[in-house]
Amino acid sequence: MTTDDRPAELADACATVAAATPADAVGGVPARYVAAPQSTAEAATLLAAAARLGLTVVPRGSGSRLDWGGRPASCDLIVDTGRLDQVVEHAAGDLVVTVQAGVRLDQLATVLASAGQRLALDPPPAPGSAAGTVGGVIATGAAGPLRYRYGTPRDLLIGMTVVRADGTIARSGGKVVKNVAGYDLGKLFAGSCGTLGLITEATFRLHPLPEKSSWISAAWADAAPAAAAVQAIAASPLTPAAIELGWPSAAAPITVSVLLEGDEASVGERAGRLEDLLTRGAAAVTERHGPAQADADRGPAGDVAAADPSRVARPPSADRGPAGTLVRVAFWAGQLEAVLGSIRSAAAANGLDPAIGGSAAAGVLDVVLPEDASAGAAAGFVSAVRASVQAAGADRLPPAAGSAVVVCAPPAVRQAVDMWGPVPSLPLMRAVKQQFDPDHRMAPGRFAGGI
Amino acid sequence: MVNAPAGPGPAAVVDAALAATMAAICGAGNVITDPQQLRTYECDGLTAHRCSPGLVVLPRSAEQTAAVVRACALRGIPFIARGSGTGLSGGALPRADGVLIVMSKMRSIIRIDPASRRAIVEPGVTNLAVSKAAEPYGLFYAPDPSSQVVCSVGGNVAENSGGAHCLKHGFTVNHVTGLQIVTPDGELTWLGDGTGAAPGYDLVGAFTGSEGTLGIVTKIVVRLTPIPEAVTTLLAAFTTMGAGGAAVSAIIGAGILPGAIEMMDALAIEAAEAAVNCRYPAGAGAVLVVELDGPAGDVAAQTEAVRAICTAEGAYEIRAAADAAERAAIWTGRKSAFAAVGRISPAYIVQDGVVPRTALPAVLDRISQLSAEHGIRVANVFHAGDGNLHPLVLFDDAIAGEQEKAEKLSGMILDLCIEHGGSITGEHGVGVDKSRYMPRMFGPDDLDTMQLLRCAFDPRSLCNPGKVFPTPRLCGEVPGVRHAPHPLVEAGVVDQF
Repeated sequence: MTTDDRPAELADACATVAAATPADAVGGVPARYVAAPQSTAEAATLLAAAARLGLTVVPRGSGSRLDWGGRPASCDLIVDTGRLDQVVEHAAGDLVVTVQAGVRLDQLATVLASAGQRLALDPPPAPGSAAGTVGGVIATGAAGPLRYRYGTPRDLLIGMTVVRADGTIARSGGKVVKNVAGYDLGKLFAGSCGTLGLITEATFRLHPLPEKSSWISAAWADAAPAAAAVQAIAASPLTPAAIELGWPSAAAPITVSVLLEGDEASVGERAGRLEDLLTRGAAAVTERHGPAQADADRGPAGDVAAADPSRVARPPSADRGPAGTLVRVAFWAGQLEAVLGSIRSAAAANGLDPAIGGSAAAGVLDVVLPEDASAGAAAGFVSAVRASVQAAGADRLPPAAGSAVVVCAPPAVRQAVDMWGPVPSLPLMRAVKQQFDPDHRMAPGRFAGGI
Repeated sequence: MVNAPAGPGPAAVVDAALAATMAAICGAGNVITDPQQLRTYECDGLTAHRCSPGLVVLPRSAEQTAAVVRACALRGIPFIARGSGTGLSGGALPRADGVLIVMSKMRSIIRIDPASRRAIVEPGVTNLAVSKAAEPYGLFYAPDPSSQVVCSVGGNVAENSGGAHCLKHGFTVNHVTGLQIVTPDGELTWLGDGTGAAPGYDLVGAFTGSEGTLGIVTKIVVRLTPIPEAVTTLLAAFTTMGAGGAAVSAIIGAGILPGAIEMMDALAIEAAEAAVNCRYPAGAGAVLVVELDGPAGDVAAQTEAVRAICTAEGAYEIRAAADAAERAAIWTGRKSAFAAVGRISPAYIVQDGVVPRTALPAVLDRISQLSAEHGIRVANVFHAGDGNLHPLVLFDDAIAGEQEKAEKLSGMILDLCIEHGGSITGEHGVGVDKSRYMPRMFGPDDLDTMQLLRCAFDPRSLCNPGKVFPTPRLCGEVPGVRHAPHPLVEAGVVDQF
C-alpha cells in the first residue's frame, strides 16, 4: 500500500475525506486524514475501509473534550461526527428521543424544551469550547450537577447504534425504557473514550422540564460543617436535583449549593425547609443566598443562569485554563470530610493550592491544578490523593474504595504521572477490547491500562 | 483466547469423582447427588421447562464459589448459577450434564454504610431483606420486583430486575455500583469499586442484566435511597381499558412521574378477587393503581391532580389509602395477579413485552382482537407508566392443542410489541423462554456484537450456556464463514432455531 492509495480508498468510502491540518492534532499527535460521514451507513463503509488500510481511528465530536484521556499512540483518521447532526425521532408522548451522535447537547436541549422536556444531563462546558456532542458526552461519561438525581449518560441511555472497528453496524437496547433483551452495549460504550467503536446514534429517556429551579447556597469556613451539611441534605427527604460543593482555595470559604426543581409551590416549600436545615448549624453558616436571589431563568439550553452566579458552587473544571490539570476524585460519599482533608494536605505537601469542587453528595469531586504547577508537584499530588482515596474499604471490601484519575493535563504533567492509576478488573477490560477491536486501531493508548 | 474450544470438553462428566471434589470444597452437606432432591431444582419460576441438574452445589463463600467454578472449568463442565429460583425466563434452568450452583446459602448483609448510602450484600440475600435492613437508617433499596419477598439480589443483578417502582426509581443497574464476581474460569475479581464512578469500562453496567452468562456474582454493592417522606396510593376504577389508558396518558402528560402506575383488566381483576379477595370496585373494566412518593407537599399536590385527572377520564370510584394497611390492601390485588390466574385457568403463559406507552391503547385493542379471534382468554396486568405488558394467556392444558394455540398467540403478542418499536422483555429476561425471538428484535450483526462481550468473559461457553442467544458465537471465528454444522449443535449442547 502506498500513501497514494489510502485517500482514494477512503474517498470511495466517504464523501468528505480530507487531509488533516495541524489543528486536527489530538494530544499533540498529528492526524493524517479527517472524514465526516453523513450517516451510519457511510460511517460503516468508512471504518471498513480504514480497517482494510490498517489505519488508527479517533472519533471526534465537537472536540470539547478531545484532550481528555491519554494521547493516542497514533491518529491516522479522525472521524468527525459533525454531519451526523439529526434528531432522528423525538417521541414526546413517550419521553424518548433518538439522536445522531453529532448533535450538540445545547442544540438538543432547544429541541426538547419546545415540548417542555429535557435530557437530564448538564456537563459543564469545557473552557473555550462549544457544547459537547451526544456521542462525545456518552464516550467520555461527562456529567454535571444533575448526576446526583439523574445519573450519568449511561443511566439515561436506552438504546445505541455503533459502528465497530471492522465497519459492522450494531444496535442494542431499543426505544423503550423497560428493556432487558440482550446485553446492554450502551453501558459498555459509555465512558469508553472511542476505544470500542464509533457511536453513531443514541436513544435517551427524557424528563419533563421543571416549572421552577432554584439554587440555594450556604458557605462555611471549615470543611467539617460543610461536609456535615452535605450529608444532612442528602439524607433528607427534600429530593434535591443536585448538591454541589465549591472550595476555590484553602483560605476561601467552602460553598455548598443545592438545586431544587419542581413546581412553584413545591420549590418554595422545600427551599424553606432546606434553609432551616442549613441554619441548624447557624453559628457556622457565614453566607446564605436564598431562592429570591438565586432564582433561575431557565434559558433555552436548560442551564441554570443564577441571578448571582458567583454565589453558586461551580465545578472548577469550568474555569480550568487550557493548560491546567483536571483530576477527578471518586469516593464513597460518606468519606467527604476525610477526602477534602486528604486533597488539601496532598496539595499543601506539594506546594499547591488548587480549586476543588463538584458533586460532593454523589461522591465525585474535581480538582484543578493551575497551569503553572510543576510536573513534579502535580505527580506528587496525584500519588498522594490516589493513595488515600484508593484505600480499601472496611475488611478490604471492596479492595479499592475510590479513585483519582487525571482527566486532562499539559504535556509535561502527562509525562510525569500515571493518568489512570490502578483500575479494577483491567484484564477483563483488555479481553473486552481484544474482542471489539482486535487490531487495536480505535483510539489506541487513550484509555486505562494503555488500551 | 482465539479459537478456544467451546462447550464441554472430552472429560466432561458429572460423576461421583466430581461430587467428591465439590464436597471437599463446600462440605458434603452442601453437595446434592440424590435424584429425588436434584429434581426439586429442575426448574425456576418458568415451570414449563424442566431439567434435573447433574449435580447441585451450595457454596457458602465467594472463595468456595470460585473453587467450584474452577473445578468445573478444569473439566470443561458447564455450570449454572441459581438464586431463589423465582426467575420467569428459565435463566436458572439446569443442565443434566452440568452443575447447578445454588447461591442461597450466601445470604449475609455484610455492611451498611448509611453516610455513603451503600450496602454490601451477598447474592442470596432477598431483595426485601435489603430494604428491611436499611430501614432503621431511613433508607431503602429501590428496585422492587413483585417477588421481592423471595427473589435474591444476585438474581436481580443477573436479570436487571425492575418492579412496579422502576419507572421513577430506576432498575437494578441504576442501583448497583460494584460487583465481586467469579469469572467463568474461576477467578475472583471486582468490577467497579462501589462509587459508581470507577475508571475504565463500565463492566458493572455490562454485567448487570447478562442473565448469568458472564460469571457469578458473589458480592454486590448496592445504592440505597432515602425513604420518601410521604407515599399515597390510589386505586381508580374505570368502565373501560380505554378510559384507564387515557388517564395514564393524561397523568404523564401533566408532567407527573408517579412512583408506580399499574393497570389491570377485568379478567385479571376477576382472578385476583378469587385468589385474595382484594375487593376492588365491582364492575370495573380496568383499575389503575397509582402510587405517588416524595416530599409531603409534592405528594399532596400530585394526589389531588391525579384524582382530578382520573375523574375527568371517567373514573367511577377512587380510593386513597389512609395508612400502610390500606396501601398493602390495594397492592395485594395487583401483586397476586400472576399467581391468581391459576384460580380461573388450569394453565397460563405470562408474557413480558414492552411497547411505547403511547402505543398501549392500540396494542391492547389488538390483543383483545387476537384473543377473540383465537378463542383464547388473555388477562392483562401491566406497568402502564412504562408500557411493560404482562399478558396472561390462559389455556387448559388438558385439552389437546390448547398449549400450542396459547404459545402461538403469545408469540403474536411479542411480534406486536416489536412491530410497535418495543421489546420482547421488559424485566423477566430472555433466558430460554425468549431466545428464539431475539432474531426478530435484533439483526445477526447486533447479536454477533453482543456476543463479543460473552467471548471476552466466557470464551469456552461454560457459564450458563444456551441462554439468551439462539445461536452461540464461536469466539475467534470469522462471522458468517461456516461450512459445517455448528460444533455445539453437533455436540448436542444447543439447538439452533
